[in-house]
Amino acid sequence: MNRIRNVFANGKAFIPFVTAGDPNLAITERLVLEMAEAGADLIELGIPFSDPVAEGIVIQKADERALAAGTTTDKIFDMVRRIRNKLDIPLAFMTYANPIFVYGADKFLANCSACGIDAIIVPDVPYEEKGELLPSCEKYGVALISLIAPTSKERIGMIASQAQGFVYCVSSLGVTGVRSEITTDIAQMIALVKTAQNIPCAIGFGISTPEQASTMAKIADGVIVGSAIVKLVEQYGEHCVGPVRDYVLKMKRSISA
Amino acid sequence: MQKGRFGIHGGQFVPETLMNAVIELEKAYAFYSKDAHFNRELDDLLKNYAGRPSLLYHAEKMTRDLGGAKIYLKREDLNHTGSHKINNVLGQILLAKKMGKSRVIAETGAGQHGVATATAAALMGMKCDVYMGREDTQRQALNVFRMELLGATVHSVTSGTQTLKDAVNETMREWTNRIEDTHYVLGSVMGPHPFPTIVRNFQSVIGKEVRQQILKAEGKLPDALLACVGGGSNAIGLFYEFIGDDSVALIGCEAAGLGVDTPKNAATVANGTLGIFHGMKSYFCQDEYGQIAPVYSISAGLDYPGIGPEHANLHDTGRAQYVSVTDTEAVEAFEYLSKTEGIIPAIESAHAVAYAQKLAPTMKKDQILVVNLSGRGDKDVAAIAKYRGVKIDE
Ligand SMILES: Cc1ncc(COP(=O)(O)O)c(C=O)c1O
Repeated sequence: MNRIRNVFANGKAFIPFVTAGDPNLAITERLVLEMAEAGADLIELGIPFSDPVAEGIVIQKADERALAAGTTTDKIFDMVRRIRNKLDIPLAFMTYANPIFVYGADKFLANCSACGIDAIIVPDVPYEEKGELLPSCEKYGVALISLIAPTSKERIGMIASQAQGFVYCVSSLGVTGVRSEITTDIAQMIALVKTAQNIPCAIGFGISTPEQASTMAKIADGVIVGSAIVKLVEQYGEHCVGPVRDYVLKMKRSISA
Repeated sequence: MQKGRFGIHGGQFVPETLMNAVIELEKAYAFYSKDAHFNRELDDLLKNYAGRPSLLYHAEKMTRDLGGAKIYLKREDLNHTGSHKINNVLGQILLAKKMGKSRVIAETGAGQHGVATATAAALMGMKCDVYMGREDTQRQALNVFRMELLGATVHSVTSGTQTLKDAVNETMREWTNRIEDTHYVLGSVMGPHPFPTIVRNFQSVIGKEVRQQILKAEGKLPDALLACVGGGSNAIGLFYEFIGDDSVALIGCEAAGLGVDTPKNAATVANGTLGIFHGMKSYFCQDEYGQIAPVYSISAGLDYPGIGPEHANLHDTGRAQYVSVTDTEAVEAFEYLSKTEGIIPAIESAHAVAYAQKLAPTMKKDQILVVNLSGRGDKDVAAIAKYRGVKIDE
């Protein structure tokens, strides 16, 4: 869990997301190395799921591509092991309850710990159900990241007081995807988090442009970008590494300014 | 802390964005389910709009033909809109209205739940959007037009396998997008708490009527109850009233598609393993990595890779038994009931009829078997013709 503290040590954190195995795991491995080089402070790796209900169309399609390419949880663990030989950047998995539960939560988190995954983000395991994962997370020292949403309201204090690592602030209603406008009063959400616990907050869902990132970074400790990057992967396929690196450079610069 | 459990099953595995919505629903239901005025309104709708109570019909020819147990059919097919789905929908939409919602959304497989939702939404003046897998919009084209006729907007879902599970995914996504004015009318005893409990309670009218009707007709309880199981709402609606009566066997019929040993089936209890999906812990057809399997059945309403959490628990405890019925057996039963009793059952319900054909002859003549006819088969006629290689001009 120590690596998670480093995420917010270099000013505002830039946190990119890619779906592991899209278009294949060799490219994902290169993407991680290049994004780290370009200034990413934490990298989220999506373990593809057949039915990602919190995902918009862009990441749904990425999950479909990754699964069609034969990506499995075990192959992703192998890739993370290879990455860990070269890099010390904090890494998180983002996936759904079922791939973890069916793999066996204990075995899954033991593997996370052994290959150097620092945190997991599981959007369909809310506060009330975290008993499903938390014991194994604690046993193996992997942070279980809490999410808060624009609808969380009075739940924010309860969730934030027990949060670990950082709080993932969902910027908008709905699923992941690029949005032209973010209207939620996120500053208010973050204020409620900080009252409950002094813990870093990162904003995700909908952010794609440097301008949006810069605005969000003024009120939060970090910004998370998924669909905008996955779109580049979709567009450039096996040639996506360069465009994604350039994008990450640009985004990190925009929030550091 | 863990709410809505049936043994180890159930729960509330939804994104944080939806948590307050399910909590609000739970509170509203807890209040209105005890509210005399709400219950009077619902009873009135069930009686004067849906046509309840539905008949419990003694299938005399079928009984004689099979030569065993005395067979009764619970005629949910005679309800307004042609299936049991209306029982749940009237309850949920009335509840949504009390909660101040102005719009309802629903998933549908066969289209029966979508039609029922569109119907009740029209009646109660609600906007209605229905999500349906593209493959099902083709299998059940007539129901798509029916929903549109009723004023609903039908969204064809092109993600994943383009069937019922994908329709549920898409409806959940839409709910996270728009919660304030929108209620998600879930169509079966599945999903996150409180849906499995709410839907079961609204459907339990089926079993309550059966108890009264059979006691009046026979002066004793039935020996076995049969129902088809997709998510499990018509089955639990029939079973629930009898769970405490150990002498009554409860049997759910799952869709075995081309066979439980083939990759093309939807037999969750036979082939599924424990998982967490669509808001609940239960049994699912899936692979070793927890990827949900692309299931198959000729019946769009049973073409679902999971089963409601209360059924999963009834299976664990052994209180209910789950059997599988293939496409071929269901189609034969569809034709059998049509010719024998002059009743065309929904292809879903035909799965229960098919098992009745096997079970009844093994029972004694003084035993009673009740089969839930969850819906009528008009919607399936074209598909059966196609299955038999008959061309029909549309
Ligand atoms: C007539 C009929 N019976 C049964 C079902 C299966 O649903 P459940 O298992 O919830 O009763 C459906 C679903 O569409 C249906 O239309």
